[in-house]
Amino acid sequence: MNKIVDKEYFSEAVVKLVIEAPEIARNRKAGHFVIVRVGIKGERIPLTIAESDVEKGTITLIAQKVGVSSIKLANLEVGDYITDVVGPLGQPTHIKKVGTILAAGGGVGVAPMLPIVEAFKNAGNKVITVLAARTKELIILEEQMRQHSNEVVIMTDDGSYGKKGLVTHGMEEIIKREKIDLAVTIGPAIMMKFAALLTKKYKIKTLASLNTIMVDGTGMCGACRVSVGGKTKFVCVDGPEFDAHEIDYDEMLLRLNSYKQEEQVAYEGFVKRYTKP
Amino acid sequence: MESLLEYLKKERDQDWRVEIRSQMKNKDRTALERLAMPEGNPDERKKDYSEVNRGLTEEMAVHEAKRCIDCPNPTCISGCPVGINIPKFIKYIEAGEFLESAKVLKETNALPAVCGRVCPQEVQCEANCFYTQKLNKPAVSIGNLERFAADYERNSGKISVPEIGSYNGIKVASVGSGPAGLAFAGDMAKMGYDVTVFEALHEIGGVLKYGIPEFRLPNEIVDVEIENLKKMGVKFRTNFIVGKTTSFDNLRKEGFAAFMVCSGAGLPNFMNIPGENYIGIYSANEYLTRINLMKAARPDFDTPVISGRNVAVIGGGNTAMDSVRTAKRLGAENARIIYRRSIEEMPARNEEIKHAQEEGIEFLNLANPLEYYADEKGRVKSMKVQKMELGEPDESGRRRPIPIEGSEYEIEADTVVVSVGVSPNPLIPRHLEGLDVSSWGTIKINQENMQSSIEDLFAGGDIVRGGATVILAMGDGRKAAAGMDQYIKERVRNILMLIKEFNTIGDILEFAKK
Repeated sequence: MNKIVDKEYFSEAVVKLVIEAPEIARNRKAGHFVIVRVGIKGERIPLTIAESDVEKGTITLIAQKVGVSSIKLANLEVGDYITDVVGPLGQPTHIKKVGTILAAGGGVGVAPMLPIVEAFKNAGNKVITVLAARTKELIILEEQMRQHSNEVVIMTDDGSYGKKGLVTHGMEEIIKREKIDLAVTIGPAIMMKFAALLTKKYKIKTLASLNTIMVDGTGMCGACRVSVGGKTKFVCVDGPEFDAHEIDYDEMLLRLNSYKQEEQVAYEGFVKRYTKP
Repeated sequence: MESLLEYLKKERDQDWRVEIRSQMKNKDRTALERLAMPEGNPDERKKDYSEVNRGLTEEMAVHEAKRCIDCPNPTCISGCPVGINIPKFIKYIEAGEFLESAKVLKETNALPAVCGRVCPQEVQCEANCFYTQKLNKPAVSIGNLERFAADYERNSGKISVPEIGSYNGIKVASVGSGPAGLAFAGDMAKMGYDVTVFEALHEIGGVLKYGIPEFRLPNEIVDVEIENLKKMGVKFRTNFIVGKTTSFDNLRKEGFAAFMVCSGAGLPNFMNIPGENYIGIYSANEYLTRINLMKAARPDFDTPVISGRNVAVIGGGNTAMDSVRTAKRLGAENARIIYRRSIEEMPARNEEIKHAQEEGIEFLNLANPLEYYADEKGRVKSMKVQKMELGEPDESGRRRPIPIEGSEYEIEADTVVVSVGVSPNPLIPRHLEGLDVSSWGTIKINQENMQSSIEDLFAGGDIVRGGATVILAMGDGRKAAAGMDQYIKERVRNILMLIKEFNTIGDILEFAKK
């Protein structure tokens, strides 16, 4: 049981939760994630750690309402408890000084990118960050990103904030004017696929951090498996970061939709229960 | 070894045992027939999760107990990985002292109700029974009797808590709460240690909870045994991954004197054939975890599972049987096993195979999947299978399956469960410096005391064996407890010796500074 000590809405669909988890706060590194379960009938879902505060013993999670489980989580209030939180899980990002880093984050993928950007900056790299979203209100953590980046470029699909265009447009502009030593991309699978295609064209080594379906998160079930360089890898123990140019995004996109039908049914049932007069 | 025999003889010579033996001639005992375990009707039971084996009645148990001739040299015990005093608990049943019988079980076995259900007795105690060895008759049904005594005690509401030795306050940890961890915890608590069991998942019990289905081992049975350990003072921490949530070093600083690593067989094996990552293809671990631990088949739980009408389970072990029988219960019209050898070579227990057959499971033996095909949404719809024939025996002693060229054909399958074994969980072996690990990722240990290359770290169960049974894991847990106790006592002795060499407290502090 982990208590929620702070909550903030980034937008109607995206919420930040600060929760008590002193051991995880102490031992997490950039790239790590946790598994949470809301209620004893809830499912186990992976969430990346955006920030942590060792002194206060808290970690920050960012959730986007997409289905029953994320809505249940986002609906919790300060003072409520999350039934289960376990972690930190996964391999931490391999942080070292490489030169100039291009970090491209889309949607809530910006949350797990924050500690990675911070760590690369602290290791003496120049970090240029591209934040992308559909529209202005979905751009999150801009201020924190500015704190830890040498430069931040904002891209929105509708041009309501920053520049109009996709994340790849923002990336390409930077690639054309700077020598990039390493790119990092986190966001929706389709975004990472195109970001990876772009950096491949420019022969820039790129890491992508994947958020797949998981059950235990400790290497036991294989729900999270992806093909990387033609080999099956488990995101929970081999990842979550992989060489972005080796990932089979199409297979990953299919697998992410494994339960689309079930999720839709569950969602409708959930909405019905909660909108009863 | 001699002392064990002496102990057994002393027990056997007690008046009550002598009296029970004298009540019936051996000739009459051996003339009694072995009673079959009552089972649920296959047509009914395949629709729900009720336990298939229903347990012996009191009359049946006493009858079965009478068959045991209380041998002077009870060879059955040598087949028991946890060394239960088998004749003693059976003779208590014959005497009608069922609660006493359960106490005997618990002297050496922290989970008798579990073992009575899932142990492969036919290759352990019962294989070493006098009836099997010398009379060529069906063994005394030791497993069924174990279950009877444990169930009787639980249902009586008079569960005994084993005697705890004087509390020594020394903190020890188990990393994992499966059968090895629970057996270890029980023994250490009995010896007076302050035991904490760390578990990565949100439920205690490991494979007993996520792996073995309710129709073979109801969760409440496991919970009762866990409650009993709590009564013995064992502490449990769920959602805690030692090595991740906190390091071994931090726990050492918190005062843990030694660790038992029993983190189990994580990593499911796949066959690496085309299409294996299509939607609807699961590892047995995932399929069973979704259903057993996450209750995915129940509409009020959030976790989903895909379980179709044509379910193919690849493999021939107990886990494959558990998976295919689960699929049947979830409504599969065709639930079939696909196994590359013949039924004789199957590693699953005969009882599981028999139960599966009764429940209408189809066995497609001498067949091996080559490739999966999916619909436009990426969901598996069929598979290509190749026929096999058996050649010469391989290292395992089983006849080697050989593919028959040109025999490939396609079968429908909208759900596939791959149950072709597991590899050790990588979390600890991968990340602990100085730990000796085999090329397959199992932790190397000293067989005598289960100690690893790191002296305060002991290990057992599937993380050492790679994939074995509940009872072997429990045997490891007990052995590790004995080994750790000796290790700790030796360290304490050394410290005391050292202290003796000092004259004043000041000397000690001076030494400590260095």
